[in-house]
Amino acid sequence: MTADLVVSTDRGLYCPLADIHIDPWRAVDRAIITHAHADHARPGSKTYLCTPESEPILRIRLGKDINIQTLPYNQPLLHNDIRIMLHPAGHVLGSAQVLLEPLGPHARTHRSCCISGDYKTTPDPTCTPFEPVRCEHFITESTFGLPIYRWPDPRIVFDDINAWWHNNQTRSLTSIIYTYALGKAQRLLAGLDPAIGPILVHGAIDRLLPPYRDAGVQLPPTERATADNAKASRGRAMVIAPPSAAGSPWLKKFGKHSDAFASGWMQIRGTRRRRSIDRGFVLSDHADWPGLLSAIEATGASRIGITHGVVTPLARYLREEKSLDAYPISTRFEGEVDDTPETDPATD
Amino acid sequence: MHRFTRLFIDLDATTRTSEKLTALENYFRSVPPEDGVWALTLLVGKRPRRAISHTEMRRIASERSGIPLWLIAECHDAAGDLSETLALILPESDRCSLRPLHRVFSEWLTPLRNADEPSRALLLNEAWDELDTRQRLVFHKLISGSFRVGVQRRLVVRALANITALDPAIIEHRLNAPWKPTPDDYRRILSPHEHDSDPAAPYPFFLATPIRPSANDPITDDLRWLEHHLADPSDWLAEWKWDGIRAQLIHRPSLTMLWSRGEEHITDAFPELRALGALLPDNTVLDGEIVAWSDQDRPLPFSDLQRRLNRKQRDLMLFDDIPIRFLAYDLLELEGRDLREAPTADRRARLQNICARLASEQHLGVSPTIDFASWEDLAEQRAASRARAVEGIMLKRKSAPYRSGRARGDWWKWKIDPYTIDAVLIYAQRGSGRRASLFTDYTFALWDNGELVPFTKAYSGLSDAEIREVDDFIRKHTTGRQGPIRMVEPRLVFEIGFEGLRESDRHRAGIALRFPRMLRRRTDKSPDQADTLETLRALLHHSRTD
Repeated sequence: MTADLVVSTDRGLYCPLADIHIDPWRAVDRAIITHAHADHARPGSKTYLCTPESEPILRIRLGKDINIQTLPYNQPLLHNDIRIMLHPAGHVLGSAQVLLEPLGPHARTHRSCCISGDYKTTPDPTCTPFEPVRCEHFITESTFGLPIYRWPDPRIVFDDINAWWHNNQTRSLTSIIYTYALGKAQRLLAGLDPAIGPILVHGAIDRLLPPYRDAGVQLPPTERATADNAKASRGRAMVIAPPSAAGSPWLKKFGKHSDAFASGWMQIRGTRRRRSIDRGFVLSDHADWPGLLSAIEATGASRIGITHGVVTPLARYLREEKSLDAYPISTRFEGEVDDTPETDPATD
Repeated sequence: MHRFTRLFIDLDATTRTSEKLTALENYFRSVPPEDGVWALTLLVGKRPRRAISHTEMRRIASERSGIPLWLIAECHDAAGDLSETLALILPESDRCSLRPLHRVFSEWLTPLRNADEPSRALLLNEAWDELDTRQRLVFHKLISGSFRVGVQRRLVVRALANITALDPAIIEHRLNAPWKPTPDDYRRILSPHEHDSDPAAPYPFFLATPIRPSANDPITDDLRWLEHHLADPSDWLAEWKWDGIRAQLIHRPSLTMLWSRGEEHITDAFPELRALGALLPDNTVLDGEIVAWSDQDRPLPFSDLQRRLNRKQRDLMLFDDIPIRFLAYDLLELEGRDLREAPTADRRARLQNICARLASEQHLGVSPTIDFASWEDLAEQRAASRARAVEGIMLKRKSAPYRSGRARGDWWKWKIDPYTIDAVLIYAQRGSGRRASLFTDYTFALWDNGELVPFTKAYSGLSDAEIREVDDFIRKHTTGRQGPIRMVEPRLVFEIGFEGLRESDRHRAGIALRFPRMLRRRTDKSPDQADTLETLRALLHHSRTD
């Protein structure tokens, strides 16, 4: 009797009544962007709608002159009898869930739909916390949609990271952590104890710090890594770099070092060991298995679309164990979803 | 359990030898003997047999966690390791068990092995109640017989040597003797007194290094490498490299023993060598190779020898069928005198003396030295290796002592180039351990009447980067599945290297290869340019007539 307000197309998720795409992977007229990671924000569309916090990051990523309209969290915007609201997703600064509600004549014929984008339910001081959104149709990500993924308390992880840094200093080793440049790097910085020593960042991360600082996020003092400051702080510094820096000549200037990777994938020994790094810290900006299940339940939705990740198993689990009308949504990523980290440093 | 789990995590978390060594030293310094000996058993001894099947563990874990079996299978697929998968999905516990390691064996592992099904479920649940996630991982590996940790025996020996202030060779020697997981044996192995060694134990074997040991060596030519690194040919002694079982023959007043290089006691498989050993002077130790020997006075294929080893019962018919010979090439002890510090040339002269007295023994021979004037000369003789049914040439520095383990510099092996054939990748399976979440175990096929016929598996030879590339290809080009096996579009061609081949009715292609591995990817070849089964049959034919 009631139809889906949002459907899957070859350009991504689409609301035909509003003629709006959400995180389209090809150029469209109107795009709502949940957050600025490369697998959600693609260039070329005529207009973009995102949160004010996302805007400066989107301009860094997609170009200064793109046409952006902003919409603060929890404020309605009406368009073609569809009410659009953005709700905090807790993934990175400015990340949003997109709630689309049919009004007027559509209210009888269509279900309200919330597209989660990427989200996490664990605390993160660098972005507005995740808010559950009531809806009839929920489209959720599923990057870590298996019960083996359960995150440790981030406070414990940060204690481990600071202890590791300190321990490296006692052995005169520079500490290097590889992590995604947008979101995770800033979250990592916010959890570091600047009393331990100087903090240097790779250029790819440095250029994404101003939007955070301008939004009032508390980050410790950092310096962009140069040959000079790297040399001066050898054996003491913490260096934050994107994964692409691993094994590159860029590392030479830091002298003897110990390296680590911070990602949810580090939960699995195999992926940790395959990277041949000294340490793996389990720190993710995505929801873990309990986080996904609790977020799905909190929506009250009976129809659940699963995208971006471990699509089929989560859909089957929700159908068989929770009696929900759950279905997989294929993404532009071909073949089976891999268990190795995305190579794009912008995504987790 | 907490201490041993800590050790496992520490060893697992680092790739640095120095850090692994520190972790081992810290552990063995503080662990009580009744636990230390179990740790030692797990690290260098025999892994415990499995006490429970994977299927049963999965079922009990599914009941406990409420996670359906199919979802556990999905998790296993993603994590690549069942012990880890189950540890991660079980309800969280913030406890940490202080149960000592030896009691994990006596109170859980042994009872688990002997219990009926309902009791096994109770026991497992009881253990899960007590253990935290990391301890569960280690525990699962212990009970399922899959315990492995990335640390070489050599490193454990070094750690024990460091904490006892003894020579690693002494520790190695003691570990070579039979020992059981008892605190007394542990104290004996770690005894600070140099002479507390078992007379029945073999000496640590000295192992040769392949010449041009690194694939990145700037010198790509064997002869130039030898000239550069080994320099003067007259400093070196050359022997054939036999295709047999490396072994030490030990004769003491009350016993004669034969040990293989894997420190396995193989005396019973070769009664004729026990009889031979008894003819040696008391307290004498020979190092050499057991080779299957034809009546035409030449070696038989290794596969013949293997049939002897596999026999549990003595089978006199087989002994007659497959005569063997111990080809001695070193003398480690003579009449109670440890000769290992003496120069190679010296030991060799004494060896020839001893063996001359036993010249009439058909089961004993001295591995002859090869006369050669130059490296070119030796290269020419090496080219005839296959015709002699040997694997190549050994080079030993005349002035060197008998060292222990893979000490580089004084013993080199110069093997013949492997046989090669170009084959097409058709099936793939996940690897294990570090490679558990990647497709690394491949099946290859050759053309036969327009059809690709599988003929061998191969697991090794690719770099990590190449493995990732092939893994990616497999995921994107899977055409079907059968259990854990993926059928893959036949598009990738590899050069397969192997050391030998023989007829086999257990293989679909009718031929079994020895030590098959991937030498390189043939990106220059399309699948239709791969070799045919006929080519392989021709190689088999040649190997017989060589």
